Amino acid sequence: MPAAHALLIDFGSTYTKLRAVNLAAARIIGSGQGPSTVASDVTIGLGAALNDLAGKLGGLPNFRYRLASSSAAGGLRMVTVGLVKELTAEAARRAALGAGAKLVGAFAYRLTRGDVDRIEGLAPDILLLSGGTDGGNSDVILHNARLLAASALACPIIVAGNRSTADEVADALVAGGKATRVTKNVMPELNVLDIEPAREAVRRVFMERIVHAKGIDRAQALFDQVLMPTPAAVLDGVSLLARGTTERQGLGDLLIVDVGGATTDVHSVCAGVPTRSGVIQQGLPEPMAKRTVEGDLGMRHNAATVIDTVGLPELAARMNLAQDRVGQLLERVEANVEWLPSTAEEAAFDQELAQVAVRLAVSRHAGTIETIYTALGPVSVQRGKDLSEIAALIGTGGPLVHARDPRAILACALADGEAPQTLLPRSPRLYIDSAYLLYAVGLLATVDKSAALNLALNNLECLDELTHGATTAA
Amino acid sequence: MSNRPQKTLVTGVIGSDTHIVGNRILSMALEKAGFKVVGLGALTPADEFIKAAIETDADAILVSSLYGQGELDCRGFRELCIEAGIGDMLLYVGGNLVVGKQPWHDVERRFIEMGFDRAFPPGTRPEDVVASLDKDFAARDASRRIAS
Repeated sequence: MPAAHALLIDFGSTYTKLRAVNLAAARIIGSGQGPSTVASDVTIGLGAALNDLAGKLGGLPNFRYRLASSSAAGGLRMVTVGLVKELTAEAARRAALGAGAKLVGAFAYRLTRGDVDRIEGLAPDILLLSGGTDGGNSDVILHNARLLAASALACPIIVAGNRSTADEVADALVAGGKATRVTKNVMPELNVLDIEPAREAVRRVFMERIVHAKGIDRAQALFDQVLMPTPAAVLDGVSLLARGTTERQGLGDLLIVDVGGATTDVHSVCAGVPTRSGVIQQGLPEPMAKRTVEGDLGMRHNAATVIDTVGLPELAARMNLAQDRVGQLLERVEANVEWLPSTAEEAAFDQELAQVAVRLAVSRHAGTIETIYTALGPVSVQRGKDLSEIAALIGTGGPLVHARDPRAILACALADGEAPQTLLPRSPRLYIDSAYLLYAVGLLATVDKSAALNLALNNLECLDELTHGATTAA
Repeated sequence: MSNRPQKTLVTGVIGSDTHIVGNRILSMALEKAGFKVVGLGALTPADEFIKAAIETDADAILVSSLYGQGELDCRGFRELCIEAGIGDMLLYVGGNLVVGKQPWHDVERRFIEMGFDRAFPPGTRPEDVVASLDKDFAARDASRRIAS
């Protein structure tokens, strides 16, 4: 019997990427790349990528699975609406981010006509409407639904709010001609998150409607299905990698940093509960698999904001470059976001930018601990996730993987005594996803969990083992 | 008990106060009396009571304070409610509200002036709180019926 293979496709914003995997060996047998042509005809880019792959393999095997994810055409653009900013509005944001969306707007409380105009202008692919715990406030979500129903908004609306008023909300939206899907409340009880049903609803709407709306299904003959947005595939991939399967252990609690041109994404898979005794946890409970997106920390589109967070003089000193020279390099990357460093000086520039982006992005993702002095003495209060006991830290994304010193970039995510109130990882093993395969792991996990886990474990590069290996070899 | 429509109560211990036991006992008694209790627990800042009340469409907020700093922590509580659009919320406060031995009448007056509908001294029985709630809700429901 010939070996079974899977083809895993990522319709990205710049490239169409392919990974061909031998399922039994859980190895990548080849990769292919073509341009992203979703804006014109998606089949052109995919055809080019398949040719590239066929050229490397000397022909294409018969694929048992041909699965795809997409972040093309601007990604899955979502707007969320909730009631209290820190409660249902935050729960809705987390559900959208967990579903792999690009969050283009987040609204709280009663929408105004101005808000609705803005939402119309944003023209999201999906709007997620929440508000009220079950049996809680119902007039705000109803008010918001009526305004949205009367708006010119054309996108599907997912209702994940107060159960008691869900029917009325859906009726109002349907009466306004909106494609509506009702799912479970993102916050059924106060401070209880239930974002999985909303995340699943987003994925369904994505598969059933958005893929078609973006024209990706034009290439349908060349693959089986577009299953999810690429960031959701990555999150599913790392969740499997953390937990493992019944046959094989995963890596345990982990954190992944994805440095990109426009954003830096951080995913954590861990409960994040206090690791020290006597610590009180406050705020919303944290999802096991959590994704945050730092829209101001990109290596190209917003290199200037990355530099601003540290300040030009300080950063130039760290790069060992003159301030003028840093200014010139900044102009160059802003003029050409596809720019890649070639000289040592340019590599130093990129290295330092990535380090700043990773430090900030992981610090924002991590929880904090604060001492409050009470009548009974000091009490420690934790908000957000405690990442200090994370077992593995994985770096991915071109600027990190191809950097001069990926290890130094990852090390910026570690606790170093400089910000003791931020619960950063202390001593995880460091890995890099040099083959860019985590999206492929997430896709493959939908059909073959153990092959997907083995693929990840076989192909991630452990930086610690590399150094150990080098010393023994020498 | 079961013949009245279920009311939602937000409870918690305000400020930097970790004394949770009394609040838990009260919350359990309130649940047993048929109320829906949204318990925020210890160390709860004032604004979190208000945010929780909005999201759950609560009918009353019951603030506990046992470490003597209640007067500082509760200052401006009614104003916060007004600002957040729930200015007519039924507000109770109870516990060891002030430091030292002060006549209860003075203490009560100060909290009523601050905008609380009722203040309860140390040693209050849960059933007294339930009786007050029933009375206040009945009065509010009656005036609402007249208004509509």
